[in-house]
Amino acid sequence: MLKIENLHASVEDKEILRGINLEVKAGEVHAIMGPNGSGKSTLASVIAGKEEFEVTEGSVQLEGEDLEETSPEERAHKGVFLSFQYPVEIPGVSVTNFMKTAINESRKARGLEDMPAKDMLKLIREKSEMLEIDRKFLSRSLNQGFSGGEKKRNEIFQMAMLEPKLAILDETDSGLDIDALRIVANGVNKLKSKDNAVIVITHYQRLLDYIVPDFVHVLHNGKIVKSGGKELALELEEKGYDWLKQETAV
Amino acid sequence: MDLKDKLISSFMAFENNVDIEHSVHDVRTEAMKNFELKGFPTKKEEAWKYTSLNSIQKVDFSIFPREENTLEYKDVKKYFLHEIDSYKIVFVDGIYSSYLSETTHDGVDICLMSAALTKPMYKAVIDVYFNKVASKDESLTTLNTAFSREGAYIYIPKNKMPKKPIEIIHFATGNEASILLQPRNLVIVEENAEVQIIERHQSLTSNEVLTNSVTEIFAAKSAIVDYYKIQNDAATASLIDNTYVDQKDKSLVKVHTFSFGGKLTRNNLNFYQNGEYIDSTMKGVTILGDKQHVDHHTLVHHIQPNCESHQDYKSIYGDSSTGVFNGKIIVDKIAQKTNAFQQNNNILVSDKATINSKPQLEIFADDVKCSHGCTIGQLDEDALFYLQSRGIPKKEARALLMYAFANNVLESVRIPELKTRINRLIAKKLGVNLGFDL
Repeated sequence: MLKIENLHASVEDKEILRGINLEVKAGEVHAIMGPNGSGKSTLASVIAGKEEFEVTEGSVQLEGEDLEETSPEERAHKGVFLSFQYPVEIPGVSVTNFMKTAINESRKARGLEDMPAKDMLKLIREKSEMLEIDRKFLSRSLNQGFSGGEKKRNEIFQMAMLEPKLAILDETDSGLDIDALRIVANGVNKLKSKDNAVIVITHYQRLLDYIVPDFVHVLHNGKIVKSGGKELALELEEKGYDWLKQETAV
Repeated sequence: MDLKDKLISSFMAFENNVDIEHSVHDVRTEAMKNFELKGFPTKKEEAWKYTSLNSIQKVDFSIFPREENTLEYKDVKKYFLHEIDSYKIVFVDGIYSSYLSETTHDGVDICLMSAALTKPMYKAVIDVYFNKVASKDESLTTLNTAFSREGAYIYIPKNKMPKKPIEIIHFATGNEASILLQPRNLVIVEENAEVQIIERHQSLTSNEVLTNSVTEIFAAKSAIVDYYKIQNDAATASLIDNTYVDQKDKSLVKVHTFSFGGKLTRNNLNFYQNGEYIDSTMKGVTILGDKQHVDHHTLVHHIQPNCESHQDYKSIYGDSSTGVFNGKIIVDKIAQKTNAFQQNNNILVSDKATINSKPQLEIFADDVKCSHGCTIGQLDEDALFYLQSRGIPKKEARALLMYAFANNVLESVRIPELKTRINRLIAKKLGVNLGFDL
């Protein structure tokens, strides 16, 4: 599904990613952990195609296709989804209208007609129920005045609507209380299948109790310094990151 | 002959066609003297620093149309808010079109200035209100006063509200190579009465049009006035809009200005708060491209205590367009407990576009809340990336963000069909189909 080879990326000549190698196969869940400033969010943004970051070396491939010259919207059309750490507020555009636009733009890119209103309504009802989202919430302006938890739940709602092949969840657990965390994680689990993949970026092991990863990677200084199974997350929770920093320094 | 000289000589011809014995004509004559003295404003004047009328004065405008022109409703229907029923006061090349209009005298007067200025039954009202709030020394206002003869006359008596909104539309047919129009409107809303007005100027060809309009609005105690100005004219049409609002106790007046087109647009919007617990609201959405120019000059004069004013102007400038926002707030010494808010946010979407934004606060009272904020920026790159990452192409994403930026100004539009219309105009102006009705 996703193959990252020797990826180096900079912003304003400052190198943030320094040679990342990562392969994610369909059906897998990968967790990326690491201390603040290690490059986790940058990696997520680079995969999603943010233009601010310059890829100086290496490549990102989706299903065998190099994404280098691909715009963020084209990546979305190909099935990449990024759940933002800080979703942006868009006053005056309701959640529903926003999703209509997003879905129909993706359909247009695939040469399909707009989704009939009836189907759209059904889809919205089904996905909002799954994430226990109040219908009134959907007519509010996108992210405007949403609590931290509402914003994150709304991100997963968008993911559910768009049904991506590769979903990257960037600190989706931050700002969530335990009930909201459970709802969000259940949503992600329901969307998981043998045909799609999930990358979970998080500081804490907590979320991984609910979304159980097949692989855990630790990012430090723009490199993956350790990879392992789900037990690695528990080890990190217990020991913190310092031992790894020391280990890599040696 | 330059335009000023032409206007002076035209005034004599004009006098042959109006009743010079009427008291209104003394007002006209005084106004003409002022214009003769001052002429057109130049960039040397602070208030006209960023807006030049030089090129306009080189045009050989017809001051009066040579003949009456007619239009078919089906050809101009789209300029009306035809989704709803409305009263209509329509002018074609400055001349009233009874065919396109729908006026009334049923409990309220929604009719013509020419009637109000000549018929004895209106004289008492005209003597009290005509030219009472409009400036007597601003040169373009006095130019309009000198030639005042036609426009909309709206009188809403105490406790009344017309059954439907009023549309005032001025069409220019292009039958003259270039034409100067000077409509004069008078709106009087008595105690506890209410009115909604939509005003539009529309040139139908690429012939040059200059409109120098004056509107006087009087809102008595507890009156409510909603005034919407739609400025989406042809690229060869220029508008100088001079609006003066006199408010009494507890009245509520809102003026929305939507500037989406025209060659040069100057809005002089002046509010005078002659009472307590008054609320004055000025909102504007400006979306310009090409070489268009808009200059918003607002004035709120807080004369009495316990009043509020709210200004919110949002503008998007593309191509080589230029904009000006000059917001003046005066708070007199006795106007304690004044709340005056002013906000002007601008987005420049092209390197060649410019905006000059200037808040001007003169506060002489000590117990007031005044705030002003001005921003000039580009679209937020993070927000753009967010939308793109959901599959929305960059062009549409930009449009959506620009729409979102301008949107909160629309929230106070109280005619839903008008709001929808403005939404569509914005989407069209931004050049995209957003895939849903905003």
